[in-house]
Amino acid sequence: MPSDVAVPASPRHRRLGAAIPGPLVAGLVAPAALLIVLTVIAPIAVMIAMSFTGYRLGDSSIAFVRLENYTELVHDRTFRRALWNTFLYVAMVTPGSVLLGLFLAVLIDGLEHGQKLYRLVFFLPVTATVVAMAMVWKYLLHGTIGPFNLLLQGLGLPVLDVFGNRDLVVAGLAAINIWSLAGFNMVLFAAGLTAVPEELYDAAAIDGMESRVDRFANVTLPLLGPTMMFVIVTSTITAFKVFDTVAVITRGGPRGASDVLLYTSYLEGFSYFRMGSAAAMTVVFLAIMAVFAIVQARILDRKVHY
Amino acid sequence: MTAPRPHRLRPGQILSHLVLLVLGFLFLFPFYVMVLTSLRSPAELFTPTFRWLPAQFVGLQYYIQALTEVPTLTFLKNGAIIAGGILIVQVLTAIPCAYALAKFEFRGRDTLFAVVLFSLTVPIQAPALPLYLGLNAIGALDTYFAAMAPFFLSVFAIFLFRQTFRSFPDEIIQAARIDGMSEWGILWTIVVPGSFPAIAAFAVFSVTTHWNDLYWPLIVLRSNDLMTPPLGLAYFADSESGANYGALMATSVLLSAPLLVGFLLAQRQFIRGITMTGVK
Repeated sequence: MPSDVAVPASPRHRRLGAAIPGPLVAGLVAPAALLIVLTVIAPIAVMIAMSFTGYRLGDSSIAFVRLENYTELVHDRTFRRALWNTFLYVAMVTPGSVLLGLFLAVLIDGLEHGQKLYRLVFFLPVTATVVAMAMVWKYLLHGTIGPFNLLLQGLGLPVLDVFGNRDLVVAGLAAINIWSLAGFNMVLFAAGLTAVPEELYDAAAIDGMESRVDRFANVTLPLLGPTMMFVIVTSTITAFKVFDTVAVITRGGPRGASDVLLYTSYLEGFSYFRMGSAAAMTVVFLAIMAVFAIVQARILDRKVHY
Repeated sequence: MTAPRPHRLRPGQILSHLVLLVLGFLFLFPFYVMVLTSLRSPAELFTPTFRWLPAQFVGLQYYIQALTEVPTLTFLKNGAIIAGGILIVQVLTAIPCAYALAKFEFRGRDTLFAVVLFSLTVPIQAPALPLYLGLNAIGALDTYFAAMAPFFLSVFAIFLFRQTFRSFPDEIIQAARIDGMSEWGILWTIVVPGSFPAIAAFAVFSVTTHWNDLYWPLIVLRSNDLMTPPLGLAYFADSESGANYGALMATSVLLSAPLLVGFLLAQRQFIRGITMTGVK
């Protein structure tokens, strides 16, 4: 991050040449600093330390078990399945919501009328309470009475019990997240599109690029590059944190087919109270998130050049 | 496709509208089904064809059920108290810190800012276990305090407000100081009112996040009369084992209504606030 305005180098507690008393600065910063320590720094330190212990809630002593929790995770079939399901889920939600968001943004950007109304419609799911909408989706995709299956039956197709089918359940959950994330990505892309100068399109037209597809591929897409990277990383982080729909609709079922990382570690820690093992799962989760966060920070840091 | 009319609706435009109308329909369909199901008789749920309107209008029967047999109003009240309480503490703690980071030179400033940047990347799930153990140790589980405490500090608010305050003109602050105003007075009566749009955008972001959060309330809240809207709804759906879809949907409508209505009334602020994490 860049340093502030050029300030005379030596004196501390200085601002625009006026001397600022130390107690004032302390008073401004202390509450926030204290809270950062209490709610972020100390808990994370404790959590990492705990991942090397066999601590369970209620234990009177804490046994140090070195890397045992981690080596157990490697062989833990539930955890491995949760990891795999989470990656599978991300592999559906990220491309789905990014491409749909981009498609909506470009289509709406080219409209002469009704831009505002369409944006409103597609953004609506973003503001909706996930748990409430999960109830609706559970009914929509219900194996027997869901409208989706009535449609399939009407078309003469076989009925699908999406949330009761081991092969379909992750895709069903992913569909909900794509629905609730596409409008968010649409707005980010729309902001990127307004930065594309109109003259470039005129120039492209003069150069003989007549079709919208040509202009999109040769003008819009390259200029959206930085936005695109950012949207991909943000969507990936969001998808990776999937929890609500699993907790409300499937509870990891059927037979573990929708176990995901956060839901598995939630059960381990807050249902079975195996704190040490849950902490190890959380460290793995945090490590994966950290990789995404570093990529995200790098993109943010890099200024956009045209 | 017909020849262009005087009104410039070109084929490309018409095609775009058609595609968007179909997609828009699909996007709104879940909302439609939610409202529809809350207004139709249960027998209709099990008919083999989908009807667009209730064949038999049951009136507001389910809404009355949702308000009398389910503690919906309590959930709404808890959502307001918890999201509101979090927001107030976040704003009160983040503003002074952001102001110091933006306008003062002091020892440890760079370290503090580095910690803020690091904390930005930490989701609630990371400190959850120790926070739970700590709240358990002081006997504070299953309280409003437990539901709010982990979120009292928003590093995101510090980050955002710091950026906003940095662009606040130094001349105005200097003039107020010469007039003899205290530094705290300058902050709260001059700088903060001048940064209102950023604070409002953050408020939307924070309230939406915590109104909708299921993860943390699920961990620390047990009592019915403390449950937030998502937790209460999940709990109710469970106890009814999904049998009473009408009442479940009516409750869903009531619990998601505050944010949806807020969004429809203040679209620009909502879109700005919610996507703020994305647009720097």
